[in-house]
Amino acid sequence: MLLRLEPRGQRSRLWTYASPVLALALTVVTSAIIFAVLGKDPLQSLHVFLVSPLISATGLPELFVKAAPLILIGVGLSLGFRANVWNIGAEGQYTLGAIFAGGLALRFPEAPGLVLIPAMMVLGVLGGMSWAAIPAYLRVRWNANEILTSLMLTYVAQLLLIYLVTGPWRDPEGYGFPQTALFSSNATPPILVEATRVHLGVLVAFLVAIVGWIVLTRSVIGFQLRVLGQAPRAARFAGFSQDKLIWLSLMAGGGLAGLAGMFEVAGPIGQLTPAISPGYGFTAIIVAFLGRLHPIGVIFGGLILALSYLGGEAAQIDLGMPNAVTGIFQGVLLFFLLACDVLILYRLRGPKPSLAGGA
Amino acid sequence: MIGQAGGDTAIGARVPLLSLSGIVKQFPGCLANDRVDLTVLPGEIHALLGENGAGKSTLVKIIYGVLKPDQGEIHWQGQPVIVQNPNHARRLGIGMVFQHFSLFEALTVVENIALGLADAADRKGLHGRIAEISKAYGLHLDPDKAVHDLSVGERQRIEIVRCLLQKPKLLIMDEPTSVLTPQEVERLFETLRRLAHEGCAILYISHKLEEIRALCERATIMRLGKVVAHCDPRKETAKHLAELMIGTELKAASHHARSEANGGPRLAVKDLSLKSEQQFGTDLKAISFAVKGGEILGIGGIAGNGQAELMAALSGEMLAARPDTIAIDDIAVGRMGPRERRGLGSCFVPEERNGHGAVRDMSLSENAFLSGNVRQVLSRNGLINAGKTAGFAGDVIKSFDVRTTGPAAEARSLSGGNLQKFIVGREVKQSPKVLVVSQPTWGVDAGAATAIHQALIDLADKGAAVIVISQDLDEIFSLADRIAVIAEGKLSQAIPIAEASIEQIGLLMGGTQGTPAGPVGANSGARHAAPA
Repeated sequence: MLLRLEPRGQRSRLWTYASPVLALALTVVTSAIIFAVLGKDPLQSLHVFLVSPLISATGLPELFVKAAPLILIGVGLSLGFRANVWNIGAEGQYTLGAIFAGGLALRFPEAPGLVLIPAMMVLGVLGGMSWAAIPAYLRVRWNANEILTSLMLTYVAQLLLIYLVTGPWRDPEGYGFPQTALFSSNATPPILVEATRVHLGVLVAFLVAIVGWIVLTRSVIGFQLRVLGQAPRAARFAGFSQDKLIWLSLMAGGGLAGLAGMFEVAGPIGQLTPAISPGYGFTAIIVAFLGRLHPIGVIFGGLILALSYLGGEAAQIDLGMPNAVTGIFQGVLLFFLLACDVLILYRLRGPKPSLAGGA
Repeated sequence: MIGQAGGDTAIGARVPLLSLSGIVKQFPGCLANDRVDLTVLPGEIHALLGENGAGKSTLVKIIYGVLKPDQGEIHWQGQPVIVQNPNHARRLGIGMVFQHFSLFEALTVVENIALGLADAADRKGLHGRIAEISKAYGLHLDPDKAVHDLSVGERQRIEIVRCLLQKPKLLIMDEPTSVLTPQEVERLFETLRRLAHEGCAILYISHKLEEIRALCERATIMRLGKVVAHCDPRKETAKHLAELMIGTELKAASHHARSEANGGPRLAVKDLSLKSEQQFGTDLKAISFAVKGGEILGIGGIAGNGQAELMAALSGEMLAARPDTIAIDDIAVGRMGPRERRGLGSCFVPEERNGHGAVRDMSLSENAFLSGNVRQVLSRNGLINAGKTAGFAGDVIKSFDVRTTGPAAEARSLSGGNLQKFIVGREVKQSPKVLVVSQPTWGVDAGAATAIHQALIDLADKGAAVIVISQDLDEIFSLADRIAVIAEGKLSQAIPIAEASIEQIGLLMGGTQGTPAGPVGANSGARHAAPA
């Protein structure tokens, strides 16, 4: 062994922020190697994957459209992760938000947008919360691990969605396809920038990140979440209710995931289908950690992971590569991020010096 | 006299059993041992004296092979050695009893000892040998008892017997008496003297001066990683030893000039029974006491006899079954959480600083907010009032002379003593009517300890009821007006300090734990007598 790890004795502030940068750099290098092994020109492939989506005419606006759900979910998860509440089921909460809001849009297509859109937002949040309430109750009442319960409920949510779009909510004029009717134009969130798909949800995502930042750093509740995560006994000493904070974490994560689901189906998708998410709820976990569980960091994390979705599409079209490129990029990034985070608590040292004067 | 290995005239012609020269050990950000020399002769009881953080533990870990020195030489019986690991140390004939025991609660004494043996062959006849050794050295021990039924003193005996089975030439004891009753301390000393008489050298690590004066023949004193003096502790005064250890002149806390406590009790506990949340915790059994304003009640006892549970019950971290079992100023608070109890005027200092009384990775401002928000109102409309919070933290830092860069410094950057001053200061500055403190000076240097004691006395003089839960009897005797002892979750009657004797308290501490109180040595009272 040439290199060894030596405990620093404290967290390194530098490496807290340098670790995601190094992880990204290593991920890009690894991606290039993977492209080369697959017989593609690595530099050209990287250009297609990471640069071309940004310089195309629709690139930048699309990046924000894709980043919006990731940021919304990522902010909510960050609050919970700070408190050591591991909500892994945002994908399911996203789905329930989409179902609740979509159901409303289908039921009241003629309602005026000014009423319908806010009502759908509220229902989206409630849908996500209702799904997150199950792991919250199980955790508080019976100390059931929320990682397992929230994750398992993801699959229940997906099956519920499939049932609805193939059964009671299927579009009667849809030639038997498993999807609902298109939502009315009243149910479509306003476009903010002309000739793009940048919708209200993008603005909301950024506002949520800013509010999340204030909550986490300035508010009493944010303080309580941070204390619970860093020192549960100190939280108890201070008299903070752990049960209340667990509920709050899961409600924040679930509500924002539900809101993300609402904006996706009401905006870019425009109906309910079995494929309303390319794994946003899971990718947002990477977003949260890449953003250092800080709402402003989550904005950057969301944009970077959004690029991986666009790059994956570009690689399919221009390089004839499978869509799995996106998943591989995301997985490698998480892998390197976790590895690089070791440097926050440890430093790399050269070979062990021999004992001076040790006979 | 600053001696050098081998150059000490007192050593004479005898070959040292162990000699260290120029030992250097660097940790990130801390030079733990700086060119340390140490010589131990066969059959002597040698004290290694120093404050917390002086580098004693690092040095003995190097001797025992747990740590490797960066520089320096170790000679064992005249031969240079590099101690590779604790196994190697044991083969050389070095045994060590750690401050924290490594025992399996659910296993019996003989099973625990068998697990520590390297060779299966050694396990033959183990039962008999344990009985033999425990008889020969007065280490009363039932080999078939499960560890969780044993007192801390008995657990320590297991560790000692485990060492003695290896027939060591050097036995290292790291702070062995912090968990013992005075009677148990006396029995331990008899055992150690007998061992030394038979030729086994003992390296005795402590910061308790009276003990060292009673037991040891030679002392090496360390301060900030360096050896600062060698002496014969029997010929020095405790005050002089303390000054060598601290490096400055010692100022004692001015004594509580108590006015007659009057009025009703500020804190009253009546028939409090509570089941522990920990698997091997101690349930509280029908605890009753009352403390008036202006009064300091000391609660003594050996660690693990319900102190943690009592603290949690008083602070509201664990709720009592009925509201009326605990009352603050006649208001029943048994079912109230910590915030409501703070609102009624009671403050708390838990035993553990890191992660309980303070959050290590948070700033002092944030740590001030942690328990200060209720009484100091440091937030508005759900947002933290950063200016007011930093002001409160700065006030605590200034009044309690906390050595730090300011309210923005993270708690982990403070030394143990400074962080403890900050935590005590944070609670005292809230002008509580009732203050409950657990182990206020545990692991704290003497200077900080004096400041903390003074703050508690001043608070009581201003009319607060102060409850000090402590394992340090000297501390209780110097601070408290009355003393009660907790043993096996039961609290004794509180006795006025003036009427309490060390023997009586020691017997109460032993409680019903199956530790028969042996004959009390004539000098045991002197060792623990409170400073006049």
